[in-house]
Amino acid sequence: MNPESKNPFRDRFLKKQYQKYDVSDPVLNFENNHLRSPEKPVFDPAKMNLNTYQGEWGPQQIMHLLRRTKFGVTKDDLRYFKNLNMEDSVNLLLTEAPVPDPPVNDYNNGEDMIDPDVPWGETWIHAPYTDTVTGGRVMSLKRFWLQNILDQGHSITEKMLLFWHNHLVTQWWGVFFPQASYKYLELLRKHQMGNFKQLMKEITIDISMLYYLNGAQNHKDAPDENYARELQELFTIGKGPNAGYTEGDVQMAAKVLTGWTVTWPEREMAYMPWRHDESDKQFSEFYGNRVIQGRGAQQGREELDDLLDMIFDTEECALFLCRKIYSFFVYPEISEDVEANVIVPMAEVLRDHDYTVKPVLEKLLTSQHFYDVNVKGSFIKDPANHLLGLWRTLGMKAPNHFSEFEEAELKSSMIWSMHNVGMQLGDPPNVAGWQAYYQQPNYDKGWITTNTITSRGIHTDSLVYWGFWSPAEQIPADLIKFIEGLDHPEDPNLLIDEITELLFGVDINDRAKARLKSILLSGQAQDYYWTEAWNTYQGNPTETTRMLVENRLKWMMQRVLQYAEYHLM
Amino acid sequence: MKRRDFLKYTSAGVVVPTLAGGIGAKALGYSPLTSALAMTPQNDNVIVLIYLAGGNDGLNTVVPMDQLSALNSVRPHVILPENSLLKLNGTSVGLHPSLTGFRDLYNEERLQIVQNVGYPNQDFSHFRSTDIWMSGSDENVVLPHGLAGRYLNYEYPNFPTEYPNSDMPDPLAIELGWTGSLIFQGQSASMGMVINSTDSFYNLIQEEVEPAPDSNAGERIEYIRLIAQQSQVYGEVIKNAAAKVSAQGTYPETNLAQQLKIVARLIAGGLKTKLYMVTIDGFDTHDTQIQSGNNTQGMHAELLSELSGAVSAFMKDCDGLGVSDRVMGMTFSEFGRRIISNASNGTDHGAAAPQFLFGNHVAGGILGENPEIPSDANYEDNLEMQYDFRQLYASLFEQWFCIDGNDRAGFMLDDFSTLPVTSGAQCSPSSTHDINKLAGKSLIEVYPNPLSHVGKVKFVSSGQPIVIRLFDVQGRLVDELLRGAYPRGKHSFSWNASGLLSGHYYINISGQGVSQSKKLVKI
Repeated sequence: MNPESKNPFRDRFLKKQYQKYDVSDPVLNFENNHLRSPEKPVFDPAKMNLNTYQGEWGPQQIMHLLRRTKFGVTKDDLRYFKNLNMEDSVNLLLTEAPVPDPPVNDYNNGEDMIDPDVPWGETWIHAPYTDTVTGGRVMSLKRFWLQNILDQGHSITEKMLLFWHNHLVTQWWGVFFPQASYKYLELLRKHQMGNFKQLMKEITIDISMLYYLNGAQNHKDAPDENYARELQELFTIGKGPNAGYTEGDVQMAAKVLTGWTVTWPEREMAYMPWRHDESDKQFSEFYGNRVIQGRGAQQGREELDDLLDMIFDTEECALFLCRKIYSFFVYPEISEDVEANVIVPMAEVLRDHDYTVKPVLEKLLTSQHFYDVNVKGSFIKDPANHLLGLWRTLGMKAPNHFSEFEEAELKSSMIWSMHNVGMQLGDPPNVAGWQAYYQQPNYDKGWITTNTITSRGIHTDSLVYWGFWSPAEQIPADLIKFIEGLDHPEDPNLLIDEITELLFGVDINDRAKARLKSILLSGQAQDYYWTEAWNTYQGNPTETTRMLVENRLKWMMQRVLQYAEYHLM
Repeated sequence: MKRRDFLKYTSAGVVVPTLAGGIGAKALGYSPLTSALAMTPQNDNVIVLIYLAGGNDGLNTVVPMDQLSALNSVRPHVILPENSLLKLNGTSVGLHPSLTGFRDLYNEERLQIVQNVGYPNQDFSHFRSTDIWMSGSDENVVLPHGLAGRYLNYEYPNFPTEYPNSDMPDPLAIELGWTGSLIFQGQSASMGMVINSTDSFYNLIQEEVEPAPDSNAGERIEYIRLIAQQSQVYGEVIKNAAAKVSAQGTYPETNLAQQLKIVARLIAGGLKTKLYMVTIDGFDTHDTQIQSGNNTQGMHAELLSELSGAVSAFMKDCDGLGVSDRVMGMTFSEFGRRIISNASNGTDHGAAAPQFLFGNHVAGGILGENPEIPSDANYEDNLEMQYDFRQLYASLFEQWFCIDGNDRAGFMLDDFSTLPVTSGAQCSPSSTHDINKLAGKSLIEVYPNPLSHVGKVKFVSSGQPIVIRLFDVQGRLVDELLRGAYPRGKHSFSWNASGLLSGHYYINISGQGVSQSKKLVKI
C-alpha cells in the first residue's frame, strides 16, 4: 500500500465519482450452481492435444478465434479475417499493437480539479505527485486503457494486458500513484508476449508493486512477507497439487527481497543495502534445498536473480503460467485430462523457449483442442467483453459535437458502469485477480447474479432505447447504421443470421430465430413486409419510413441482447 | 428433531375414496391445524454471519491483559496502551478501545466471546484459509461446497428445481457484500442469493426458451436463464418484504451498518430466510495497522469501530422491530495475525483468534482461556487453537437450529463436540424439517383445478402408509379421500366432488415424515 493508504484526497474524489456516476459495489457470486453437477467439462478426447487444427476454416472458427483474442467482433473484423487462413490469422493477432501515446490531462474542469503542473492535453506521466489531481490522473489512465481497447486493431495486445493485469495484480486506487501505475501498465505491454522471467524480475521491483504488496516496507528487522508469499502462491508457483513450497520458503524469500524499496518523498525505486538481510537463506526440499547466499552492499541485489532462477527452475512454474493462460483464453476449469494432454505440453513449449510466451500462444491458438466445438461459447463474457465488445460491434462512439471533456466523462461513465457489474479496469477485487478466472466451482458463471444480470439488461436496454448515460447526454446505439454495415439488412433471415453470428457465443436454433423474425415482421408471415419497409426507408429516408424499421429493429435487438447466448463468447 | 411417527398402518389395501364419512382428525391423535397445515416453521431463528475479510488481529481485538508485558516486548509496533483498553468486569480481558458497542452488549449479556478459535494445521494463505472456513473442511481436504450450503441441502433437499414454492417462497440464504464466497454453495447448487439493495430489481423479458445444448456453453445458458428467472421472482419477494417495514432505527453511515440495516429489514419483513452473511473487508493489516504515534487509532481501530457500531445499531433496530429474539450473530475471519508485529507497523498472517457471538439468547461471558504469549516469541510463532471453528457451527446448529447430532454430523462431515452458546433451551420438538424436506417436490395434485365435478387426484407414495384428506381454509377436516399403503411411485384416482360447496380448500397428503398441502378451488 501507498504510505498514504488512507488518502483523504482519494476518498473525497472517489465519493464524488460514486455520486456523479451512480456507482454501487457489484454483487458477484462464485459459489453458485453447477446445474449439471457433478460434471466435468465436455471436450472431445480425440482432439485434446496441441496438434495443429486441420478442420474446416470458416466463419465459425474465425469468430471463435476473434472473440477470444479481441474485445467484441465487428463485421469489418470478420470480413478482414475471412481472407486469411488460420496460420496467417494467428500470426497477425500475435503481432504486438503499436505503443500508444501516453495518457494526457483530460481532467481539468476549471473548478475543483486544476492541474498546477500539466496543461490540458499534455501528458502527466512525468509530472510530480500532487494530491489534489491524483484522482483525476488515475481516471485519466483508466480512460487511456479503455480507449485503447475500443481502438484496438487486429492484435491480441489488449487481451494480453488484461491477462497480465489479472495475473500480476496491482490496485490503482490503492497505490494512488498513477505515474507508477502507468509504468506498470507499460511494463506489462513491453513483455506482453515476451519473457515471463524478465517480466517477473521487473514487476518485483516495480514501484506500484512495491507499494501494493508492501515490498517498500520490507525490512531486515521485521520482514514483511506479503510479496514473498504472493510471488509464489499467485504469480509463479501457484497452489497446484505439486506446489510444495513451505511457510519457511515464504519467510526466506521475504528476507531475500529486503532492501528493495521506494524512496520518500521522491517515490523512486531504490535498493538500500542497509535494509537488506545479509544472512544465508535456506530453502526447502521443493526448491532442492537450495541456499541463497547472503550478500552485503550492492551485491545483495543479485539475490533476487538467484531467487527467480530457483523458482523458474521448478517444473511447477511453467505449468502454473500455462494453466493461467489456458483458463483465460480457453476454458476456466482444468480437468485432469486437460492438465495431462494440454497443460503439460504447453509447459514444455514454454520451457523449450526459455519462458517466452508467444510460442505457447501460437501453439494453443492453432491447436485442435482450441477449435473443439465445445470450447466455442463456453465462457461467459466478462464486463469488458460484454460492454466494450458491444460498443465495438455496434460501432458506438461519442457524438461529434462532444467536447473532449464531455468525451472523457463518457469514458468515466463506461468505467463505472463496468465496475457496477464487477470489473473495474486497474482495480481487480484483490491480489488474486477477478474470481471468474480462478474461483471454483462457478468460475465465469460468477459474473452472473440476480443483481448483475439485471444490470446487464438495463445496460443493453439503455443502448437500444433511452441511451447510455453520460453526464452531457445519453447516447443510444445507431441501430440503423449498424445494420447498414451488414451484408443483407433487407433480408430478415440473413439479417438475423448476421446479427446473431456477431453477438452470440453459440448459434440459436431455427425456432428461436423465427421468434426474432416475427418481431421484425410484427407477427406477419411474409418476409417481404420487412424487405419492403427497409427498401422504402433506403429509397426515401423520412422520419416516418425510418421509424417504421427502427422501432421493429429496437424491439428485436432488445430481445437479442437479453438472450443467454449473447452473454457467451 | 425427530420425524413424526403418527400413522401406523400395516395393510396395503386400497380404501375407496368417498365424500361421506372418514375418520375424524381426533381419531388420529392430532389436530389438523397444528400439523397438516402447519406451514410456518416453528423455529424461525436466524443466523447472521459477519465475515471479517483479511484476517483479523485477535490479539489487538480481545487483549489478554495478563499477558501485557510479553505483548509489549513482542509486538511493540502495534501494542495498545493498557489504560486505553476496555476491561471487561471480572475478567482479565480488555477489548480494543474502538469496541465500546461490544462492551455494552457484553454487559447486557448479549455478547459472548470465544477465545482461540481456529483449526488444526493453520494454512497461511488467505484464499485457502478462507475456503477452509467457508467449506468447513479439514486443512488437507478441498471441498467444492460450503458448510452452510450443506446444511441448507439437508434442510431443503429439493432446491433449486421447483423453487420458490409455497412452503419456501423466500431465498434460503442471503448474502450482502462485495465478493462471493463458498459458504452457501450446496452439493449441486448455490443455496444463497446475493443482493446489494432491496429495490434494484429490473424486469427482464421472459419468453419461452429452447432446450440448451448438452455442452459447456449449454450449461452456461441454463445457468443464465435460471438466474434471470430468479432475479424476477426473488426480486419481488424481497421488495415486498422490505416494503412491510416502514421505520427502522438509525445506523452509522458505514458500509457494514448499511448491509446489516438491510438484513434487519428483511428479517422484520417476514422472510423465512435462515441465514444471512455480510462482509467487512480490510483486515489484512500487514502495514499501518495503527496510526504512527497513536496506537489506538488507525486502520484496525476504524475497522473495529465500524464493526462494533454496526452490530450495536443492528441489535437496537432488531429490538425496535421486535425480532431480536430470533437473531443470533457470529463474526469470523480466515485467521488471526502473527504474535510479533512487523516494522511496517502491521502484523502478518497468523493462526487462532477470538470470535464474537451476539444476540438476546447467547450464553454470554467468555468461553476459553487467554492465550499465553511467550516473551521470546519469534517470527514463526503463532497462537494455538483451543476450539475448532466447526465446533461453533455445530453448537449453533444444535442449540439455535435444533438439529440433532446424527443429522448434524451428516452435513458437517464429522461429529464435532458442541459448546454452550445459547442461554437456556431454545429448542422444542418441531416439524420444520419435515416440511422443508419436501418443499419443492409435488406429492399431490388435483386436475383440473379449479374443479367443478369429477377430477383426478394424483399423488406420490414413498411406500409408507398415507392418508389424503380435504380441509377447509379454517383448517377443519372436510373429508378423507384415501388411506392406505401404496407401492413407491406415482398413483392416481378419480374423485367426484360434486357434493362439495364452492370455495377454497386444502388437499393434504400425510404419512410418516410427510405432510404436504395444495390449494384447491371448487367452483
